[in-house]
Amino acid sequence: MKQFISFVKKEFYHIFRDRRTILILLGMPIVQILLFGFALTNEVKNAQIAILDNAQDDASAALRTQLDASRYFTVARELHSYTEIEQAFREGKIKLVVVLPHRFNQDLQHLNSAQVQLIADASDPNVGTTLTNYASAVILDYQDRITNQRKLPYTINTELRYLYNPQLKGAYSFVPGVMAMVLMLVCTMMTAITIVREKETGTMEVMLVSPVRPLKIILAKAVPYLLLSSVNIASILLLSTLALDVPIQGNIFLLIGESLLFTITSLALGLLISSATASQQTAMFISLTGLFLPTVMLSGFMFPIENMPLPLRLISNLVPAKWFYIIAQSVMIKGLGITAVWKETLVLLGMTLLLLTLAIRSFKIRLA
Amino acid sequence: MRTLKFLLQKEFRQIFRDPAIIRIIFVMPLIQLIILPLAADYEVKNIKLSVVDHDHSTYSRQLVEKVTSSGYFTLNDYSPSFDKALGEVEQNHADLILEIPADFEGMLVRADESTLFIAVNAINGVKANLGAAYLRSIIQDYNSEVRLKWIQFPRFNPELSIAITSANWFNPHLNYRFFMVPGILVILVTMVGAFLTSLNIVKEKEIGTIEQINVTPIRKYHFILGKLIPFWVLGLLVLSLGLLIAWLIYGITPVGSLLVIYVFAAVYLLAVLGLGLLVSTYTSSQQQAMLISFFMMMIFILLGGLYTSIDSMPAWAQAFTKLNPVAYFIEVMRMVVLKGSGIADIRNHLSVVLGIAVVLNSWAVFNYKKRA
Repeated sequence: MKQFISFVKKEFYHIFRDRRTILILLGMPIVQILLFGFALTNEVKNAQIAILDNAQDDASAALRTQLDASRYFTVARELHSYTEIEQAFREGKIKLVVVLPHRFNQDLQHLNSAQVQLIADASDPNVGTTLTNYASAVILDYQDRITNQRKLPYTINTELRYLYNPQLKGAYSFVPGVMAMVLMLVCTMMTAITIVREKETGTMEVMLVSPVRPLKIILAKAVPYLLLSSVNIASILLLSTLALDVPIQGNIFLLIGESLLFTITSLALGLLISSATASQQTAMFISLTGLFLPTVMLSGFMFPIENMPLPLRLISNLVPAKWFYIIAQSVMIKGLGITAVWKETLVLLGMTLLLLTLAIRSFKIRLA
Repeated sequence: MRTLKFLLQKEFRQIFRDPAIIRIIFVMPLIQLIILPLAADYEVKNIKLSVVDHDHSTYSRQLVEKVTSSGYFTLNDYSPSFDKALGEVEQNHADLILEIPADFEGMLVRADESTLFIAVNAINGVKANLGAAYLRSIIQDYNSEVRLKWIQFPRFNPELSIAITSANWFNPHLNYRFFMVPGILVILVTMVGAFLTSLNIVKEKEIGTIEQINVTPIRKYHFILGKLIPFWVLGLLVLSLGLLIAWLIYGITPVGSLLVIYVFAAVYLLAVLGLGLLVSTYTSSQQQAMLISFFMMMIFILLGGLYTSIDSMPAWAQAFTKLNPVAYFIEVMRMVVLKGSGIADIRNHLSVVLGIAVVLNSWAVFNYKKRA
């Protein structure tokens, strides 16, 4: 035990000697949670649209005012002919064009019906369809306003309640996701180069001839990073509640415990990468290029997992961040207890044990 | 010129000596390009519905049938109570609860009015909004059907109506992959370029070989160019392979010209490599270099408009994206690949990124000291 502690101490000195790295390791999660918590949203707003108003009459002016007043978009440009549309899209700023026919007002007055065409730049299908939906809603509102709404018989009313997030804030879905992503990447990266660096600089040989067992060497490397991660967890949770207004509905100790478990999973993954690779460059490249995109895309916080094809749904089960995202969302936002997340917890626990075993197995006593 | 040639020879040999890293540089990004676009689908479909039917009438059954046959919803279960249904939502088995009150049919027929209750999991606001909107429009349709049964409308409908037609240009089938693949390719090229350069110089510092280079009579710019050119070539190779895969697997061929993509990529890579160089001149270990470039990359990528639209970001974040080279390349790729934008349409993007490249590289050269 004494031996182990002195090893941990040695690792501590190694890390804390490098002030710059410490600063980055502790500052990175703070900056990221703030940046992404505020900036990322799936909502479509502030989009620029254009109007091709062939009518130029009272009705078209009124509709235009109503479109402009919508909080989802602003009418940024006036087009004068159909041929201008393509160029407007190509320049990239305009996402939707509303085409009003000649005689818009007359049609409405005399025929009781008129045609409006919506042309979306669907190169981003999400933005395209969302804007089409929003614009349709605005136009239907306009139609309702000019019709004398009379009360119809046999009316079914609907009453709508938003659970967990009544103000529909984007941060409620992004904060648990960003937490999973930041913890995962920072922790894995931190440990990924620890062992391999000693291999590369040659100090590993020294350690190996010492009477310490490899298991202890590996664990001693993880301990200081676990402490650093705890600081990160604390700062992330504080920021979410204080700065981003995402409350912790469930038990805070459960949330902290689960975060620590997930941190250990990530550290174990880092250790495995470190003991299986031969150079720092390879280790870092694997832990970043190999983990960044899969973590973002397959953990379920950017894209719904149920939409993915079966093979990817299966692969997503291997992504630790997916499980932590479910846990964080359940405990933090829904306020559920351990009875709701025990399965996910067990999965993370199992992954951790497996990764640690693999890391120790692939850690070779003799170097090449 | 001869000096540069020798330096390049050395660098290329050093890169290719390690087969592991070469494999990783090429294979890992490409596998990701093949697999990950399949994961990117925002479309809201298969909303899981839990029904609490206190009425058990013909009307309530008809309504539920209409909802489930719409294609948007899959019926998860009939819960006996709202609390039970809420439990389903907590377990992620249901997204939306439709509660039909007792005497729903009776109220509708006798009192002309009846109210349904909808509760929706709103953690993801966009999904919640859309799900509720779909459900409400189905209920509206059902409402009209009920009315038709009871009232005879006059032959000429006096209600005013605006007919809305819509068209989706550039991607009429709303294929999300056409949108994601070019963006993901940008990320992969960026990561390869930025990480490798930032690590490369600092590695020489760490293992001490930079001292040897420093005592040779080569010039600063020789050294920098010797480091830049190989990774510039690697970046363009990854891009070419990526475009090939996009074509072979996803059938994506740029509507615009490949030349425009390459011109932009050539300049863009200079900017990214410049960033890597700059990082390596400020750091003293690979760990530092990696952490810093990762930190910047993550911000550049997540605020680059790949996943979430830049237009929707708050003003300060939008201001930041004006300096984000990744955002420019993602936009340019999508413009050229999907809309066929030409060099004239992207000239602003090109000049900004060129500016960024010049600034970063001059800064890096200025900051690189021959004496450590």
